[in-house]
Amino acid sequence: MLASVINWAALLVVVIMLLGAAAVLVVRQHMAAVAATTVVSLGASAAFAMLRAPDVAMTEAAVGAGLSSVIMALALRRLGLWRITTGSGSEANRREVADKQAVDGADA
Amino acid sequence: MRNYVSLLFVCGLAFLLFVLAGSFEFGHAPMLIGQAINQSSPGQVGAANIVTSVVLGYRAIDTLGELAILFAAATAGGLVLGRSRPDARHDPEAGFILCTAADLLYPLLLIVGLFIILHGHLTPGGGFQGGVVLAAAFFLPLLARPGARFNHAAFAVLEGLAGAAFIVIGLLGLHYGDAFLQPLLGRGVMGSLLSAGTLPVLYIAVGIKVGTELASLIAHISAYEPAPGEGES
Repeated sequence: MLASVINWAALLVVVIMLLGAAAVLVVRQHMAAVAATTVVSLGASAAFAMLRAPDVAMTEAAVGAGLSSVIMALALRRLGLWRITTGSGSEANRREVADKQAVDGADA
Repeated sequence: MRNYVSLLFVCGLAFLLFVLAGSFEFGHAPMLIGQAINQSSPGQVGAANIVTSVVLGYRAIDTLGELAILFAAATAGGLVLGRSRPDARHDPEAGFILCTAADLLYPLLLIVGLFIILHGHLTPGGGFQGGVVLAAAFFLPLLARPGARFNHAAFAVLEGLAGAAFIVIGLLGLHYGDAFLQPLLGRGVMGSLLSAGTLPVLYIAVGIKVGTELASLIAHISAYEPAPGEGES
């Protein structure tokens, strides 16, 4: 009984990880892609916990999901691909959207 | 063209992983030395967490290499990113919610990180995991108030002392025992906080080193000067 529950949970985790990995490629915003990689890392952490490797699961959660996404987000900020905006309708926000369109155009 | 090359590369990688995964039974790695370590570790090292007895006992020199790699990476990162000027402009202070949450979470994260480090030889976790939690704790106030000063010098001193402590303990093992990084001070009662000899001390050194190193690396990366006109409401 418990084994089959864990099997289904593992399957669910793998599906979520695959969806997250696909989302990294598909989403337009860079920050959303960083968040999707975090989902993949969290799924890996859950999978490690199910495989009875709690040490690796903790490392994956702390380094893979926590630290590396913070570093990626800060790198995006340094590169000017992510800006902290104040208020939704502000001038800064509109400029950010325009910049993003320009960056996406350059990518394509 | 580039996309097709990437696709080909990914397909090759997937094929290799598939072959590797197919040659092992899932969840049952071919353990050659694992059984022997599982049986002899409680009597030899005395750590309740066998992973720790491997990381800091049987393979402690590997851990020293890992610390050296981390140190080189953090040093290179700091070198490339440089140091921000004292008169540099900063982002405005974050809102009320983030500031309050950072103040509340700071002591909690410190306690969780220290708990994971101190209980590394008893429960899952240890210096590396707890060190990352400590780094997160040190970074939180900086996230809420980007203008706050981050004391890079003090962190560098702490980091150097922790790294030196690891090597000094290793040399003491060489002097009083038989080998570099050999656990000393006896095994103690397995499962109690003061057990497993010098392993907890080594993990404290690892935790402080990892925490300070990563915190100062993140502080380096986050020291970002917005261009004029940017980041203002």
